[in-house]
Parts: sequence; structure tokens; C-alpha cells
Amino acid sequence: MQIKESAEVYDVIIVGSGAGGGMATKQLADAGFNVAVVEAGPFFDPADPVTKTQLKWPYESPRRGAGTDRAFGGWDMSWGDWDVEGEPYTQEEGTNFRWWRSRMLGGRTNHWGRISLRFGPKDFKGKTRDGHGDDWPISYDDVKPYYDKVDKLIGVYGTNEGLEDDPDGFFLPPPKPRLHELFYINGAKKTGIPVYPSRMSMLTKKINEDRGVCFYCGQCSRSCSVYADFSAGSCLIFPAQKSGGKVKIFVNSMVREVTTNEEGKATGVSYISKDDRKEYKLKAKVVVLAASACSSARILLNSKSKQHPNGLGNSSDIVGKYLHDSTGSSAAGVIPGLTNRKVSYNEDGTGGMHVYSPWWGDNSKLNFPRGYHIEVWGGMGQPNYGFGWDPNGFNKYFGLKVGGYGDSLRDDVKKYYGSVVGFGGRGEAIARKENYCEIDPTTVDQFGIPVLKFNYQWSDFERNQAKHMQDTFEELIHNMGGVPLSEKPGKDQDYGLLSPGQIIHEVGTTRMGNDPKTSVTNKFNQLHDVDNVFIVDAGPFVSQADKNCTWTILALSWRASDYIIEQLKQQNI
Amino acid sequence: MDRRKSLQTLILGGAAASTGFVFNACKTENGKTVDDTIAESSEKYFGRTPEELERIEKLNAEQLFNEHELETIGVLSTVILPPKEPHGGPIEAGVPELVEFMGKDIPTMAPTLLGGLMWLDHKCNTEFGTEFKSATLEQQKQICDEICWHDTEIALEKQPLEIQFFYVMRGLTVTGYYTSKVGIADLGYKGNMPNVWDGVPQDVLDQHGVAYDPAWIAKCIDQSTRGDIATWDEKGNLLT
Repeated sequence: MQIKESAEVYDVIIVGSGAGGGMATKQLADAGFNVAVVEAGPFFDPADPVTKTQLKWPYESPRRGAGTDRAFGGWDMSWGDWDVEGEPYTQEEGTNFRWWRSRMLGGRTNHWGRISLRFGPKDFKGKTRDGHGDDWPISYDDVKPYYDKVDKLIGVYGTNEGLEDDPDGFFLPPPKPRLHELFYINGAKKTGIPVYPSRMSMLTKKINEDRGVCFYCGQCSRSCSVYADFSAGSCLIFPAQKSGGKVKIFVNSMVREVTTNEEGKATGVSYISKDDRKEYKLKAKVVVLAASACSSARILLNSKSKQHPNGLGNSSDIVGKYLHDSTGSSAAGVIPGLTNRKVSYNEDGTGGMHVYSPWWGDNSKLNFPRGYHIEVWGGMGQPNYGFGWDPNGFNKYFGLKVGGYGDSLRDDVKKYYGSVVGFGGRGEAIARKENYCEIDPTTVDQFGIPVLKFNYQWSDFERNQAKHMQDTFEELIHNMGGVPLSEKPGKDQDYGLLSPGQIIHEVGTTRMGNDPKTSVTNKFNQLHDVDNVFIVDAGPFVSQADKNCTWTILALSWRASDYIIEQLKQQNI
Repeated sequence: MDRRKSLQTLILGGAAASTGFVFNACKTENGKTVDDTIAESSEKYFGRTPEELERIEKLNAEQLFNEHELETIGVLSTVILPPKEPHGGPIEAGVPELVEFMGKDIPTMAPTLLGGLMWLDHKCNTEFGTEFKSATLEQQKQICDEICWHDTEIALEKQPLEIQFFYVMRGLTVTGYYTSKVGIADLGYKGNMPNVWDGVPQDVLDQHGVAYDPAWIAKCIDQSTRGDIATWDEKGNLLT
């Protein structure tokens, strides 16, 4: 089969349209460059009534919103999840990594929690701080101007609190706490756990004329049809197109490899069109990978050539190494003080939480480095499949009989509606070389592209951190006058620590550094080995922090884009 | 009346439409443009991809329960959650249709449901000489009373089939009712519509014995300014 080659030479090809790819698209197109965006999934616009799930009622679905065809529930705006048909991945025996992929324009930004936390000064200097992991080659001061610009361009609510490691920004005012959050604030105060307004990228206030203001349906995970939350398609790629930028989007296009010339420089990409299952080639002066940390590593490792026999950018043999995800453990409790609620008002609020607890601990007294933050959930949300499944199961916590039928069920559903509060701990795992993804030489996907094999194991640091989370949650539930909904997971269950990958914050596979022997990119996200290839997803992260990674992906992608613009203008690349 | 069929028609109305003239992006029979059609019928879509719609069509083309079994499900669900004015009960909520769909959508549930329905008739025939759906409410309750409690200390799958069956049927009934139009009205859920969140009403705060901290509230959005475009000073203080 002949590979179809396009004659056009783009200034930049961007692979992937999520947070990193979206930001690069916006910056590079606005700078006047001719940009091609190559996305493995189909086109998606949250405003399209055909694919929109926002404001749907459960009874509009024959399965009432059950998660049979979408792992996070039938309304979740992710096309693809732990398993993508025809695109397998494999595991090293005895290890378990779970890899979430969204195949659509905007990628995972369409359904994410939109928790938008800056890393703090300490987060960039882990090794200096406690001897674990490595320092980034950049500091908070290098990224701060970009965080500031991202805040203003995209919009994030929060408050300036002057916290050392949760720096201030340019925030929109947060929404008021909901009832269960007031209970949480009071409960946390009793043991000195700090609580602050959340920092989330929904517009509580207008930031421009192009995007709507939040109307508090609580459904950000469905992607917002008035563009009041941050999704890469609606907030970066569409505006880039509208502002006159030269942006060509190739959807349903699965990139196979970065192509190179005799000198070893990148010449473009080759991709398989999912529509006709034929291979195509696109040419460009610069290739920007933003396919998500593991996918970008996969593309590099599959881009073998005479000049790059170990894969592109992999002379160090570091591509795929230092993979790490946030730690996660959770608990929930039923709070008697929240039973028998008045349903007189609409409590949907913004999607996710209005308040949270940043890390407060003193590591010198703990048996793990770094920390975690607490995410809180609860409230009188939309009932969907599963609602009331065990309608009076909570009775067992109050010495009442569980089961039965008849009118008492109706009463119990109402009695307990909105009385459950849950906590998710999201913490920092130490990046280790021994945790990695690599190419599985025996397996290909349906496009014939070799797939990734994962090898990842938690260490006792992460387990000890999860134990600390569980102890904290127990205390919080107790402080709120509640009863835990399930038995506290013990050592045999790793204290409820979820599998690597399950928090969907995977980073670090193409980490940045000053030394080409121990890192893949330089401090501008540029491959050490090939100067016209950049990686702007979470691959270049040296460490994860106990913060969600999206805001940092956006800031670093913008920073890298500025560098690309400068280098292209000076004709250095 | 074949309730199942009418429900299918209702659901597939939207589904078939979107497969036909939206994803293929052609003109509809009456010559309207795709955009017009979407605008007119957007309330019928529920955001499925073509692959998801295909799967729903496939499931709808299969039949899990026969008519007798569907009627029995209807009767049992009504015993579990008796209708109450003005919001009706499981039948108005479409519970039998949901049980049929989920039994196919989550195939591991099917044997428990099918086996449980057989057990129900067998038990009723043995005790009262009649099948469950034709028994009196008293007789039906007598049978349910025996299987409606389960030992919460033992895993459900290790308990007798009839206990598992009742547990699943109760779950499907309650979830089916409260995810329906009538059930949501009965619950009183007020959300899923454009709204302006401005805090918990005072009477609710009072009922639960909590209050807003004035210092915290001062940082929150003044909803009268939500339409003003945000501007900051160089230190990040909001000016507008």
C-alpha cells in the first residue's frame, strides 16, 4: 500500500488536541503560523445538540444514564475510557496500570474535574526539598508568568490566600459552599485541617464575549454547551480558528510515527486515517507532540530510523521511564445531620467541589514524603441509574433493619437523599525510573501500530500516604457526626490505594532536564536529540506535585509555544 | 397494548433519526437542512455516538422476558414500591421496560432475574395454587416477606437465589422509579436546569444548625456582577 503524501508543508504539526495541544494550537496559530492539528478521535463541539449530554434527564436514556457504554456514567463526555476498541495495551506480569484515553477533539479536557491548581515553588524542587526524585530544570518563577496568563485567558475561580505552596493567581470569585460543604468546613476545623474555596476552571463571571457564564447545572463532566468551563476544543482550538489563525484539523487520524530525514531531523508525521484505513504523511518544519504522556512516548518509541535506532529522542533510553500517576484513596460517610433535607432549592452548583483542603501536613513527622489534597463531594444531585439501589442500606449504621419493601422505601430514599459526603485524597507519588511504559514487541493495535506495555508498582511511600488519607477521612467523618459507609481498607488492600493510572494524572514519560543522558527534553520541552520536536503534554513533568496536572500542562505548553515562535522566527529550527 | 414496543419506538425515534440524517449529514426527506432538523428535534437526542446507538438498537431488537414475565415484573415492582398520588408508581416510571433493558445491557443480571421469576411462580403455586401475578396482594406480600431481608454480613452472591433476586428487583425498582419523570417529581429534585447558585437558603441553614462565615462569603461571587467582564490589578485583585 502506497503512503499518501501531502505536498503542503505546515509550519507546525500538533499531535493531539487536549490541554497541551489546544494551547499550542492557540498560541502558534495566533502568531500567524500555518498549523495542522492531528487528532485520533472524531470532531466534537460541546454545543452540538446531537452529541450533547448536558441537561439531559435520566429517563431520556433507556439505561437511565448507567455506565454500561461510558465507564463514568452514560452522560460523561469521554469517547473512550479504560478500553478503546481495537487499541489494546498490555501489562508486565504482576503489575497493573490503567490507562484512560478519550478519543475526541479536546480529548480528556471535555470530561475532567477542572480542578486547576498551580504547582508551588517547592513542587519544582523535590530533590532539594527532601532528597527524593529530581528537581525540575526550571523553577516556579519561570512558570509563574504563564500561570498568570492561563488564569486570565481561560478563567479559574479561587481566592488569593498567600499560601506558600499553593500560590495566588488571577482568580474569579468562587461560588458559595453548599450545605454538605459547610458540614465539611466545620468537621475539618475540629482537627486543624485547612479548608479553602476550590480552584476550578469554570466561569463564575464573564471573561470575554465569546464564552458563557456558568449556569450551575453541576454537569461539567458533560462538557459545557455555552463554553463556561474549560475544554480545549471550545476554549482554545475554536477561538484559534476564529481569530483568523491558519488551523487545519485532521480528525480520526491516528499518528503512527514522527518521520525524519537523513540528518535525523523531523519532517512531519505519518498517520492512519480511521475513515479509510490508509496511511498518510504530513510535512512540517516543527512537530509538537501533545498526544498525552504515554501516547507521545509511544509515538517516539515507534519512530525508529537509521539515525534514531532506539526511537526518536531516546538516545538516553529514558523515554517511557519515570511514569507516575497521582495516588488516590477515598472514603464516604452518611451524616445524620444531613438527613431529612428540604428539597426546596436547586443545589447542583458547579461541577465538582466548591471547597477543598490543600496539603497541610508536616512531612518530618510522617513516614512518606510529599502530600495530598482532599476533594469533597456530596449534595442533592441528579438521580441516575444506581440511585436508591440499596435504599435503606444505611439503616445498618443506625441499628435499623436493612431491606424490606413498601412505603418505607420511599421514605428512606428521601430521608437519606443528600446525606452522604465523600472524600478523595489525591497525592504525589515519587517518580521512579523503574516505573515505565515500553513498546510491546508482540502486540499491535488494529492499525498495525505496536502498543504500549506498562510496568508500574507502588512503593511503601504511596501506601503509607494512602493510610494517612484513610485515617484523615475517618477523623473527618467522625468530626461531622457521621458513620463511614464501608470498612476502612487495611494493609492487605493497600489502604484503598487505587491502581496506578486510575487517577488519570499520568505524567513523566519524557521528562525534562538539563542533562541529555538523564532526560528526554530540555527546559523548553524540546527534544535534546532533535531540535524541531517538542512535547507539550504531561510527558516532560519531572514530578507530579499533589496538584492536578492540567494547569501546569497549559502553562508549560504556552511557554514552549513562545519558545517555538521565537526559534522559528530566528530560523533556528 | 404492547408497552414495550411503544417505549422502543419512543427511544428509537431519536436514535434512528440521528443515525439517519445527522451523522451522515444529508438532507432530510422534507428537504430541510441538517441544522434545522437538529434544532427541531434536539430534545430527542441523548448524546449517543453512532456506535452507542447501534448497541442500543441491537439490545432493543432482542427480547429477554416473555409477556408473562414482564407482567410479573410489573406486579412485583408495584408491591415493592406501591404507587402514591400524585406521582404514580413503577408502571408510570417504566420500571418493567428498564428491567428488560438492563437485563440485556448487563447480561450478568439476566440469570438472577429469569431464575428469580421462575422461583416466584413456583413458590406461589406451591403455597397458594396460583402464579404470582394472579395472587392476592396478601399472598404476594407473604412471599416477599420471606425474601426481602438479607444478611448484610454475608456477600450477596453467597445468599440464596431468591434473596439475590429480590435485592436486584428492589434495586431496579427504586432506581427506575427515581430516575423517571414521575419519580424525580416525587423526590423533589430541583436541578438540571439553568440556575444561579447563591448559597443555601437561610431556613435550610437554620434547620441543620450551620451558618455562613461572613469572611468566607465576602470572597464569593456577588451574582449581580456575573455579567461584568473580569479585570484585575497586577497583583491579582479583582477590580470589576
